[in-house]
Formats: sequence, C-alpha cells, structure tokens
Amino acid sequence: MTMLKLKVNDKDIEIEEGLTVLQACEQAGVEIPRFCYHEKLSIAGNCRMCLVEMEKSPKPIASCAMPAAEGMNIKTNTPLVEKARKGVMEFLLANHPLDCPVCDQGGECDLQDQSMYYGIDKSRFKENKRFVPEKYMGPLIKTQMTRCIHCTRCVRFATEVAGIPELGAIGRGEDMQITTYLEKAMESELSGNVIDLCPVGALTSKPYVFEARPWELKKTETIDVMDAVGSNIRVDTYGWEVKRVLPRINEEINEEWISDKTRYACDGLKSQRLDHPLKKINNEFKKISWKEAYETIAEQIKITSSDKIAGFIGDLTNMETMFVTKEFFEKTIKSKNLEARDDNTYINTEERTNYLFNSQINGIEEADFILLIGVNPRLEATMLNARIRKNYVVNKTEIYSIGDVGDQTYPYKKLSAETKIIKEIYENKSEISKKILDSKKPLVIIGNSALNLKSGKFIFENIKKFLVDNKKITDEWNPLNILPVNASSVGSYDLNLVNNEENLTLKKLKENDFEIVFLIGQDNLKFKKKAEFIVYIGSHGDNGAEIADVILPGATYTEQDGFFTNLEGKLQKAYRASFPPGEAKEDYKILNELSELLKRKKLFQNKDELIDNLLNYLDLNQKKIQSKNFSSVDYIDEKIIINPIDYYYSNVIARASKTMSECRSIKTDLKKTGTEG
Amino acid sequence: MSLKKISKDQPKKFEFNERNIELAKKMINNYPEGKQQSAVMSLLYLAQRQNNNWIPLAAMKYIAKFLNMPYIKVYEVATFYSMYNLSPVGKFFYQVCTTTPCMLRGAYKLVDVCKKKISNKENEISSDGNSSWMEVECLGACINAPMIQINDEYYEDLDEKKLENIIEQTMKGKKPKPGSYRGRVNSEPENNRTTLVGIKNA
Repeated sequence: MTMLKLKVNDKDIEIEEGLTVLQACEQAGVEIPRFCYHEKLSIAGNCRMCLVEMEKSPKPIASCAMPAAEGMNIKTNTPLVEKARKGVMEFLLANHPLDCPVCDQGGECDLQDQSMYYGIDKSRFKENKRFVPEKYMGPLIKTQMTRCIHCTRCVRFATEVAGIPELGAIGRGEDMQITTYLEKAMESELSGNVIDLCPVGALTSKPYVFEARPWELKKTETIDVMDAVGSNIRVDTYGWEVKRVLPRINEEINEEWISDKTRYACDGLKSQRLDHPLKKINNEFKKISWKEAYETIAEQIKITSSDKIAGFIGDLTNMETMFVTKEFFEKTIKSKNLEARDDNTYINTEERTNYLFNSQINGIEEADFILLIGVNPRLEATMLNARIRKNYVVNKTEIYSIGDVGDQTYPYKKLSAETKIIKEIYENKSEISKKILDSKKPLVIIGNSALNLKSGKFIFENIKKFLVDNKKITDEWNPLNILPVNASSVGSYDLNLVNNEENLTLKKLKENDFEIVFLIGQDNLKFKKKAEFIVYIGSHGDNGAEIADVILPGATYTEQDGFFTNLEGKLQKAYRASFPPGEAKEDYKILNELSELLKRKKLFQNKDELIDNLLNYLDLNQKKIQSKNFSSVDYIDEKIIINPIDYYYSNVIARASKTMSECRSIKTDLKKTGTEG
Repeated sequence: MSLKKISKDQPKKFEFNERNIELAKKMINNYPEGKQQSAVMSLLYLAQRQNNNWIPLAAMKYIAKFLNMPYIKVYEVATFYSMYNLSPVGKFFYQVCTTTPCMLRGAYKLVDVCKKKISNKENEISSDGNSSWMEVECLGACINAPMIQINDEYYEDLDEKKLENIIEQTMKGKKPKPGSYRGRVNSEPENNRTTLVGIKNA
C-alpha cells in the first residue's frame, strides 16, 4: 500500500491511499464537523459542514468528498473556514425550527452541539420557515420532518445497509422531503438505526417519545440476548425502568447497528412481570413467601424419585444460572434429566467447533461462496445477515440457499429443499460441491430448521465429512457454521446441557413420564400437562408460568450480571442496569437457596465462587480433543422445511412488549392484504 | 414552486400499449447491460403521453417493475422534474412562463387572463373540463416574450386580448395556430431580417 504525505494545519502526516481529506484530518487529530458524512455509508457531500481550506484552491472544499492526495496542504483553523462553516450553519438553521425544548433529540443532537461552536446568536432570516408535514414510517419511528436538514443518511442506510430501498427524497430544493413510498411502514428489521443516524430530531424513537432526557439516564454498557449474535448494547435506565436500548460499537459483532427487536423489546421488561412467589391452589395463583415456596418444592422433591425429576433451560438464561442448575441437578437431586433444547436439534458436542459459527462474523466479509442450509438468517440473526449483505454488495458473492427463505435483502439462488441435495453434495455429484471446492473461503451455514429434521444428523455429519475430506477446514478458515437461534444455546452446549441426540428428556416429557418439572425460563415447550408438578423460574408470566404449580420470580438480562456465549463462542458479560421488581431474585440465587434447604448447604457460598467454578469448567471443556471419527448416518429422503419464524414474538420479553406486538400486527396485516407487492 | 400534489383519484391499473412497449424496449436498449434503470425518465414520459398527459401511481409502479427498481426511486424522479404531471390536466394544458423576461413583458397579465377564463386556481381543471393552466419556469423563448405553451406548441408575442382569443378557440375544441402572434417568423425581427441577409438558412 502506497502512503501519501500531506499537511494538515502545518502538521505533516502520512496516510494510506484511498482516504478522504476528512479521514486524513481525523488521523491528524483534527475534528471536522459533519452532518451527512458517516463512515459506514456512502459519501453524499450535501451538507457542506465539513468545508476546509486547501492550498491553491480558491474556494473551500468539502473534505468528506475530496480524496486525499500527495502534497496537499489542508487548513482547518483559518478565518475562511470559520466563515464558511458559519455560513453553512446559518443556512441550515434558517429553516430549522427552534423547538429544542420539546425535541427528543435535545441533548444528543449534532445540530445543537455544532451550532454552539459555529452558530451565530441571532437570525437574519425574516421570512417564514418551511413547514413539512409529518410522515408515517411505522410504529417504531416518529417523524418531525420540519426538523430535517436533508443529509440523506437515512436514505443511504436503508438502501445500502438494510437493503430495503423504501426511503427516498421526493421533490427538490427547498421542497425536498424524506419519506417512505406512499408513507408505508419500513419493512426492515434494522429500521430503528435511522434514529441513531439522524443528526437532528427529524427521526426519533416512537416508543421513547418524551420519556426522558439523555442526561437524566444512567447508562450501562451490556450485551443483548434477543438472538445468539450477542450484539453490544447500552441500556439507559431512569430509576429502575429501562427507557431505551442503544447500540454500542463493536466492529467484530454488530458494527454500530442493532436490530429492531434488540432496540424496542425493552418495554417488555415492564409488563407481565412476575414479582412475587406464587402457588397454584384450586387453579388459582396465591401469593406465598419465598420460604413457603421453597418448602413446597422441597416436600415434592423428597417424595419423588430422582429420575422422575426433569429440568428444562430457556432461551434467555445466563450461564451462571445454567451452571447452578447443572450442579443442582447433578449434586443436590442427582437427576440426569436436564436439557437446554426445546426441540430435536441435532448437536454434536464432542468438539466445540461442531456447534459454533466458526468463520466468525467478521469472516463473512471475506467469504467468496455462501451456502445456506435450512436457515433464514434475516430473522434468526439479523446482524449477521447484514454482514452477508455487506459481502454481497462489495463482492457480488454467489449465494445459494437450500429451501426458499423469502426476501433476505440480497439475491440468492434457490435449490430444491430436499435431503437428496446434501447426499449429492457429499458424493461430489452436485455443481454446489464443485463450487465449494473451487472457492478459497466458502461459507456453509446450517440452521436450526435443518438440524431439527430427522435427517439433521445426516446433514451435519455429511457436510462436515465432505469439508474435512476435501481439506477445506484449515487452521485459517473453517467454513462449517452452525447458526443457533437463542442467546443461551452456545453456553448450554459448552456446559454440556445437551443430554442425548434425540432429546429423550423432551420425549419423556411429552409422554408425561416425569413427576416434577423445573422450567428455568423455558416457555417454548409444547406438551400437554397431566399430573406433573411444575416449578417455573423466570421473569415473565407466559406459557411456562401459566402451567406452573409454583412460580419463583426471577430477573431479566438487564437486572443481573450474567455471562452469555455468542454464536462465535465469544464469552461476553451482560451487566446489571436495573433491579428485579418486587420480591423477584437474581436467577442464580433461587436454586442455590433451594439447595440450601434440601442439603443444608448452599451450592456456592457467593457469586465469585460460582463464577470461578464456571470459568474453570469452561476452561476444561474447551480443551476437548478433536475426534477424527465420523459416525456413518443413514440417509433419509426428506424435505427440508424452513420453520416459520415469528420474529417479533420469539421470546418472553418480546411477547410482553407492546411495541413488538404492534410491529407484528403490521407485518401480518401487510401479508393479508397483499399491499406489499 | 411547491411539492407537486398527487391526485387522489388514481386509476387502479396501468399498462403500456403495444406501441409504447416497443418504444420502451428501444429506450432501454440505448443503455448498457445492467443499466436499464437509466431509461426511467423516457419511460415516465411515455406513460405521461399515453395517459392524457399525467402519470398515475399505477404507472410508476408499473415502470418500477418494468425496470426492476424500487418504487421509491421512480417516485423520486417523478416528483423531482416539473414537467411530469402527477395529477390530471386539461386536454389543453396551458403552461404560462413567468420567468424574468416574460414577467417584464407582462406574463402576469396572462396569468390573470388564465385565472379569469380557465380556472381561478393553478392546476385546476376548468368547469367545462377542457383546459387547465399552471405557471412554469423559463421555456427558452425569451425573445418572443411573453409566451405560453399549450400541449406541445409554443404561442408567442402574446397580450391579454390575443390570449383570450386563443382560449376561446380552445373552448370550442379547436387547436389555435402556434407561433408568433405578431407575425414574426420564429424570432426574427418584425420587418424582416437586417443582418446576414445573404445567407438563406441562417
């Protein structure tokens, strides 16, 4: 790479070729004001705020759009630059309403901040200000288009990153207006990000409208649990209430975006909460004390043989809780019936690479061939899908999918959804196998819909064997990827909470073979309750709590510190931003205390001891030796059915959220009337 | 000029007729492979031609599908250019130039005539349903100011009386004679040329 030498404010700097003047200035430590420029989006150059002076140029130049060149002499602190920026600012403010006191962006507004530096205190503009009617953009985005300064960041985001070209600028000049086509709701799972991108208060969050001011909020940097990606987020709380969720930059995972579910499901943390231990007496829940609750459960356990006790772990459970549950089942009640899956997903836990997204999320950008097997990444892992789209936009990578998975925001070729095709790939008879072998960095993503089939084992083992046999799995690149859907999935596999291939525990449950069932945040089990005694430990009154006999209220991901392992196998910690409501306790404490009652001894004396033990266990587990044996699997001729995904209702928090319900009803309405086409 | 209003009465369906499909394909072939979207402006014009001089939303959708591009992109183009009409216009569509040269020569008097004779408001179809008028920016015939454009023809060197006369003719359904109304040939001086006399086609 050739390096360029140039001067910024008389300071010599050396930069890589292909950068803009603005980036060069940033490297020299000079901050340039900007509205339309955003490093993740294409360059528009229309706000003119980033004007700088360049030697030999009679006029100031827009630094965001000017490529840096050898020998340039840039000045950013001259009277000319200051005057130019003042002029631009005056024009921007000419039509911008003076409604900062009632604007939700107030306090975190780029225009407000920059006008403090470059604005003048009075206006020479005597005419009437422009008025633009509000636009409808769905239940998530509130618009106040009079405030718009036409930076077109939102338009570029929708077209480039989200892949939903629904936003546009209509009219021209002073009459330009940003809108969706005929004011329809944006049909994207990433639409909320335009709120962060908007440098003014034109696009603000609808559920958060007039809720709080940014300086009043307590900010906690944590991670998200809505899917297995583990997006990095910041949770803003006011008192105990979670007001909003914002993305935090992590270039390796979510860049600087988050999905709408991550952002807006937080109002589900306030409703449907369990805040008191409850016991079902004559089909009615009665409030009881924790002590009574523990005693009721202990009595039941004492009269039940241990192999009749089962436990199921849910999709939002953190690893501490899972580890306590594991110890509770192994040591306190000596039962083996503990399971983390809610379906028959085939997982081979012999090696860690068997259940991870081995190419890493960053690696997606390097892939030169992508094969999706029974997976709908747009709904199962939205942020990961944005990376696939990014790769497609840059490289025009060939993408194939086994099964029709609908609009993925990038074009892909559909293959017939049958297991026959896997057999053909394995036997090297298909064109796909040739394409995989020909590419340097192929990417195969196997999803839950495929692993859930009877032939899930066949699909996984054969694809793996095909890749190993052809030496495609190397130290640098592992093309074999599993896409788990739940935040707790990889953690539970690491903790060996997968009992056996066919999920016999679930089968026995469906046959009503157990007498006591512990549901630890597990609400997705489909079975008919008969005489079982069900203990529900969790945060929300949902499917699990409904059938429970005793409810022990727990905490959500924002109310307790907890580890989560994301689909790449990264161990991340979620931090406590708020505290559980009423009498509810942090999840890990509950079984620990129950164990104290049963055995007169806590499983762990304190949280530190628990974390030490957990990390120790994970350390040992990761050193598992790779086995080279493949079990041969019988071929079953089967259709690969893509499970329909209820995106906005995928977990208890989302189901309790009003905003998510609104999004869902809009989506289903669109499908019914067919107006989307 | 403010943002163009989109008609509330929209036809449900729009499709190119056979001739226009052929023309559209010809337009698309003018652009290199993968760049067919560049033909959007020509196609919008064809649609406007076919649909009584205005473009319904159905036509924009149709064109978007025809060129395989997002609806909003076609919508952006259609709202950007002032010569695309997004709501119905009269059979005789008067475009009165009010840019400086025409304005100095009395364009606003012509506007007053239009208000009196056609309809009180711009872009409103006259009571007999025959004509509508709007103010436009420079049409490039400043030498013959003031002037108006009716459908595809220019009517130049006008005053109130002459315009009234023209409007009366159109009300009867007749197409008035285009060109200068002071007997000039194109934009030549009124009493024949004084320069370049020897050159025939100058």
